Amino acid sequence: MDLKTPLGDEVLDLRAGDAVTLSGTVYTARDEAHLRMREEGIPFDPIGAAVYHCGPVIRGHEVVAAGPTTSARMNALSGFLLDAGVRALVGKGGMDEQVREELRGRAVYLAFTGGCAALAAARMQVKGVSFEDLGMAEAVWEIELDHLPLIVGIDAHGGDLFAAVMQKAKLQFSQEFNSYKGPDL
Amino acid sequence: MESVSSGLLEAVAAATASALLEAETSLPSDVNAAIGRALEREKDPTARAQLENIRENIHYAEERGLPLCQDTGVPVIYLTLPPSVPATETLYEALAEGVRQATNSIPLRPNVVDPFTRENTTDNTGDGMPAVHVQPGDELTITVLPKGAGAENCSRIAMLLPSQKDEITRFVAETMLLAGGKPCPPVVLGIGIGATFDGAAALAKEALLLPIDEMDPFEQEICDAVNNLGIGPMGLGGTTTALAVKVRRGHCHTASLPVAVNVQCWANRRATRTVEVE
Repeated sequence: MDLKTPLGDEVLDLRAGDAVTLSGTVYTARDEAHLRMREEGIPFDPIGAAVYHCGPVIRGHEVVAAGPTTSARMNALSGFLLDAGVRALVGKGGMDEQVREELRGRAVYLAFTGGCAALAAARMQVKGVSFEDLGMAEAVWEIELDHLPLIVGIDAHGGDLFAAVMQKAKLQFSQEFNSYKGPDL
Repeated sequence: MESVSSGLLEAVAAATASALLEAETSLPSDVNAAIGRALEREKDPTARAQLENIRENIHYAEERGLPLCQDTGVPVIYLTLPPSVPATETLYEALAEGVRQATNSIPLRPNVVDPFTRENTTDNTGDGMPAVHVQPGDELTITVLPKGAGAENCSRIAMLLPSQKDEITRFVAETMLLAGGKPCPPVVLGIGIGATFDGAAALAKEALLLPIDEMDPFEQEICDAVNNLGIGPMGLGGTTTALAVKVRRGHCHTASLPVAVNVQCWANRRATRTVEVE
């Protein structure tokens, strides 16, 4: 499915594992930006918005590198965005049970391929910036996206591809090395 | 007292910067080939989509001369020195100068910080950075291995008992089970077996310099065990969790069996330059 912001109820039709593309506007945000937005308010219209976990390298108006950062660092910082109407979180590595519940019935987590900074940059244009005093990596960049290829990692119905894969991996490990209890995961 | 000529020092700095440019913006042909083979084997559509994104990313980075990944890593340098070139402080400083030049010109993200204050040195050098490993050789060669943190942080070491050599495969598989999608798989695993506590870790990192075109039966066995976990590219499932496993061994104490696993993301970046010595 080709998604375009502002996002609406079409995200509810998505299932974990679906391949999608995302076009329109995304707002980058890492740890510091989340903390600032929670304190001072969200500097963009959150209704139907997509938030990208990314600390880009920007030169002038050019996106030089914009791969995804590890989303799990934002596990405890995402609820207020979803409450405000954000419909998609984009990043890498998946998020925890708390976010899975916060997404339920309203939003999705979209996974982008780790390390693909050049590919992302090739499909992006800078539109604006907020919180620039936080530094280039931590500022909130408004970026125009052209068909970024993503996978639905967590859907709006509790489906979580990352959790399902790791559950199977744990089972396989305990079967193959059955003399051994395994680490506490 | 022997010294290194200023001309040679400048050549060393330039070769270091040149090797970093190649390593940061393109992948070695054996790594590209391994990603290609994974795409031929992989049937899972989600895994295929990740591998295709990686291939397209490599294409854009090469075309535009930009870093493959925004985590441009910390500089790890392997140096071979011919008998005529002594390992002087000035030679180490020339390597650091090459790192500074590359940080400015490519540009690289400044990643090097003080471990406690977290203050950034802003030029990717510092105490023990670049990390330099010197060996005797016939020529002066400089090999760079920029190492990103996501994968490095998933690396582990075990001091196994001499009776536990059958446990090596399990320890490596367990390392990837704990890592999941965090190190940006498909990974390359460098395994150091034997030597000492520190020596095993050094061997594991050196194993990442080996070409990944071929694996011996032991390396293949470990690779299969890791891929059977089904973690797949980016932890989204699939049969390609590791592109390759490479092992380096050293003799060890009769009462020890050190095993180190150095985890490397799909961007197995490395490049070598040879410097003419008059």
